[in-house]
Amino acid sequence: MTSDRVFNRTTIVFLAIVLAAALLVPASNLLLPPGSPLHVPDYMMPLLGKYLCYALLAVSVDLIWGYAGILSLGHGAFFALGGYAMGMYLMRQIGTRGVYANPVLPDFMVFLNWKELPWYWWGFDHFPFAALMVVLAPGLLAFVFGWLAFRSRVTGVYLSIITQAMTYALLLAFFRNDMGFGGNNGLTDFKDILGFPVQAPGTRAALFAASALALALGLLACRAIVTSKLGKVLVAIRDAESRTRFIGYRVEHYKLFVWVVSAVLAGIAGALYVPQVGIINPSEFAPANSIETVIWVAVGGRGTLVGAALGALTVNAGKTWFTGVLPELWLFALGALFVVVTLFLPKGILGTFLEAWGFRRKRPAPEIIDEDGVASKPAAAE
Amino acid sequence: MTTSLPVTTALLYLNGVSVVFDGFRALNNLSLAIGRAEMRAIIGPNGAGKTTMMDVITGKTRPSEGDAIFAGRHDLTRLDEASIAQLGIGRKFQTPTVFEMHTVEDNIRLSLKADRRTLPTLFARKTAAERERIDALLERVRLKDQRRRPASELSHGQKQWLEIGMLLAQEPQLLLVDEPAAGMTDQETADTADLLREIAETRAVVVVEHDMTFVRDLGVKVTCLHEGSVLAEGPLDQVSADERVVEVYLGR
Amino acid sequence: MVPRPEYPVRPVALLIAFVLGVLLLAPAVARADAYTDALARFAADSFSETEAAIDGVAASGHPLAADVVGAVREGRLMVRAADKAVFIRDPDGSFRDAGTGSPAAVQGADLKPVRLNNRVRRAVEAAMGTLTLRSPDRARRAAAAAAVFKSRDASALPALEAALAAETDPAIRRQMQEARAAILLTRPEATPDQRAEAITVLRARGDQEAVAVLRNLPADAPPAIRAMAGDAITAIENRIALLRNVQNVVYGISLGSVLLLSAIGLAVTFGVMGVINMAHGEMVMLGAYTTFVVQEVIRSHAPWLFDSSLFIALPLAFLVAGAVGVLIERSVIRFLYGRPLETLLATWGISLILQQAVRTVFGANNREVGNPGWMSGSFDLLGLTLTWNRLVIIVFALVVFAALLVSLKRTALGLQIRAVTQNRRMAGAMGIRTDWVDALTFGLGSGIAGIAGVALSQIDNVSPNLGQGYIIDSFLVVVFGGVGNLWGTLVGAMSIGIANKLLEPFAGAVLGKIILLVAIILFIQKRPRGLFALKGRFVEG
Repeated sequence: MTSDRVFNRTTIVFLAIVLAAALLVPASNLLLPPGSPLHVPDYMMPLLGKYLCYALLAVSVDLIWGYAGILSLGHGAFFALGGYAMGMYLMRQIGTRGVYANPVLPDFMVFLNWKELPWYWWGFDHFPFAALMVVLAPGLLAFVFGWLAFRSRVTGVYLSIITQAMTYALLLAFFRNDMGFGGNNGLTDFKDILGFPVQAPGTRAALFAASALALALGLLACRAIVTSKLGKVLVAIRDAESRTRFIGYRVEHYKLFVWVVSAVLAGIAGALYVPQVGIINPSEFAPANSIETVIWVAVGGRGTLVGAALGALTVNAGKTWFTGVLPELWLFALGALFVVVTLFLPKGILGTFLEAWGFRRKRPAPEIIDEDGVASKPAAAE
Repeated sequence: MTTSLPVTTALLYLNGVSVVFDGFRALNNLSLAIGRAEMRAIIGPNGAGKTTMMDVITGKTRPSEGDAIFAGRHDLTRLDEASIAQLGIGRKFQTPTVFEMHTVEDNIRLSLKADRRTLPTLFARKTAAERERIDALLERVRLKDQRRRPASELSHGQKQWLEIGMLLAQEPQLLLVDEPAAGMTDQETADTADLLREIAETRAVVVVEHDMTFVRDLGVKVTCLHEGSVLAEGPLDQVSADERVVEVYLGR
Repeated sequence: MVPRPEYPVRPVALLIAFVLGVLLLAPAVARADAYTDALARFAADSFSETEAAIDGVAASGHPLAADVVGAVREGRLMVRAADKAVFIRDPDGSFRDAGTGSPAAVQGADLKPVRLNNRVRRAVEAAMGTLTLRSPDRARRAAAAAAVFKSRDASALPALEAALAAETDPAIRRQMQEARAAILLTRPEATPDQRAEAITVLRARGDQEAVAVLRNLPADAPPAIRAMAGDAITAIENRIALLRNVQNVVYGISLGSVLLLSAIGLAVTFGVMGVINMAHGEMVMLGAYTTFVVQEVIRSHAPWLFDSSLFIALPLAFLVAGAVGVLIERSVIRFLYGRPLETLLATWGISLILQQAVRTVFGANNREVGNPGWMSGSFDLLGLTLTWNRLVIIVFALVVFAALLVSLKRTALGLQIRAVTQNRRMAGAMGIRTDWVDALTFGLGSGIAGIAGVALSQIDNVSPNLGQGYIIDSFLVVVFGGVGNLWGTLVGAMSIGIANKLLEPFAGAVLGKIILLVAIILFIQKRPRGLFALKGRFVEG
């Protein structure tokens, strides 16, 4: 039922908004005087940038959940790995400006009496290497994990549980001081990125624009995948896995492909997230975070990509507002959101909206609703 | 492929195949040979091992012992479902299984014989030749008018036919068809028998069926399975006259 | 001071008593003189004389000896410079004559305390050991023997041997023999035979301290004795290593029973019904908070009931968690059957709501749940120290497991549950109200989680996050054991628990846990359906 075109109407509208934001938000922050009603305040820009990173993470989760039926409850792990790769680069940029002013070692290593830089920190002084790692680290983990899991045909809930165990194991590992990633405190106190101070308004504007661009490109990449023949095979796998296998598709390869693509997108989202929030620590691996990401997708509309991004933006904006106004009610609201969306809005906001809209516009010929995401029905019971 | 494959001219050759689930022998030293362009009907009571036999042939279940040879060269017990499908064995399930969310046309398109590797599939483009193939197949399974509808909207009989169409799209040498007449009207059943006979002119077809009228319509050699092995084999009249077949399956 | 054995009054016994009495009284007379002489040496104001005085007093067996030595230790033994008389200043400030024990009216200003240095202190400790060796109090004798064993003070040997001769309690005799062996082994003038005997005794003791003593065998001991000691050390160390493994296994079983408790309810909701209940941990938490509330009520209204608080909490926790479970099933889960991933998300939402609800009512901090008296403390089993609450939890987990097994296999509800899970439509056609069976099954699983919460409240912090700590582990246990197989859950919980504890000594707690998680992930790849999977073509993913 998904449209065959990469640029369907919803995608075009959403991309236009995102790209406009990429220009207008930084422009308003840098150019308009603080008193102006259209001025985006300094604190707001990294906050919005953070939302955009979450939106990209949500898109990556929707790619596998919405189209291939793989519910990952551990995508936060890929996000965090990308974040750590970027964090390591940012740590190396501190140089001698740390508290201990050690020319070679980051502060936490000096504090823990490390004598030399561990080998896995080598190369992170160079941005291109770090950027490569942002892609490779989550990609490689996803490849190994997915290769094992899909080959053994671990599916459904079992897969969800072991993804959860994966991120939990990483959480425990990164909490350990002797892993060399800063333990409990993680990596923070960043100074420069590519020679520009991270806190400077110009850098923040650039990071915001980069996040918007990454979201737009990530969304396009996912659109390209799901509208290709491969995308149709994915939906086929989601709805009738053994049928797909019996017509000759090697299901595990297809799953592995989107799984790795999705993990890489999540890693990129994490890498852009870290310089904007200024810290990366093991709590990013917390299983609860990964589950929360899934609910963004469900809220926005599973299997719509744009909906996932919208869901991430809406829920996070709601969270910011709630925790400011009624902090003790936030968890009630989030919990209720999980229940209400799964019970009453299985297609999410966007899916429900598009369906209603599509029906009104095209009532005379319902069999040709194939303009974009009438959200796919959730996979039937196994 | 492997060193010691039995020499055979049959398209499909099962030799002494046994499958054991937790002590239960679903197949017990089953041997069977299907020639090229032969149609064979398999009958037998529930639990006789009909579906397990199909599972072995299509790579879903690994036999505990025995050989399954395809086209005299390929050891099916060592291949997975996807490789076996690519060799040219198509399978239709008992309950029609189609891609409900895809259109009828897309169901066929995904099944067309083509490069099944991941990246070529990602970059695959629609071609005119492909379009022609799809048209021909839809014509054959009488779904041309439904091509843009999602498969979920088809009737039960139409889904059965769509699934057969998907099988044909794979251009298989051997089709395994599990209860194609289940849940069909008399007319549809008769049409299905015609379609299968037509297919069997160029390919081997194995039909598992309970409907004896339908089996009679097919007019082909019949194999009766019981407790995982062949009980009787031959023309329908001969098999249905067999005392043991009457005893375990047909009833008096 | 001498314990007089009580014999039944018979003529022969009377005769024996008479003889014994004479035998015991004779040294007592001699003792008085030795005591006075020894006491006088305190006045010399020299450390070596003080040491001799302590040894003498201790050896005299005089009734005041213990008081005197105790006073020296605490700097309360005073000497009057004028006449060299010795007094004990009691903690309340009054004085007693050290020779007679009668109260004395003296001026504190005239007195000087007996001074101490390290050697004197050692002598005091050894003397205290000797003195209490013959105390009528069994526990004090045992403590004294242990003290001598530790100090290995050769000067205690005569007193030890005398005490040994009179000792009748076999356990204390053994301790005294060990103390004697410790002295003999290290004493330079001990004969090879004595040492050989000592080694045998120490080897029988077989702990780390025995090894420490054996290592102190003087280097000039004959090679045969040295070899014997070496053998003894190896034997003991092997035993200790074995014991440590046994101990780890026992701790593993203890951890396994905690896992079993937390997973067993899930084995019903997930294993039997196939419902992914992410709020399972919160059912455990509700059980723990029920215990807390019960104890609060008892503390303020009926303190005498405290020791039975857990028995009151158990049924209540079952009802509370079970009722919440039924409520969740009726209001949310029943709409999501056949959609496991949606169920997972909805129940996760419920878990957030329950956590926040508990946080709002009880606060975010840990709540104090007490151990009843019969659960606190520990006991020794073959050299292992086990706390009572751990043992109770092991037993309790097995009892809950057995009860669940029985209720599924033998009760009408159990039969209906199995009927519904195997063939819902057929069960419905047979007149079983499948929707109520669903609700009750879910309630049963949740109720069991609540019961687990009562037990876990005894060993874990009771906080709103209690449940979250168990959810991943519980799922892994059920999946690892094989979904739908209660025995699998038991074996899964125990093997994960034991593996965890066996890994800990090598890898540390956190790394051990990580290794285990990775191992389970890999295991699930190998056997996606767990240890005890159902096989066959009817099992479809």
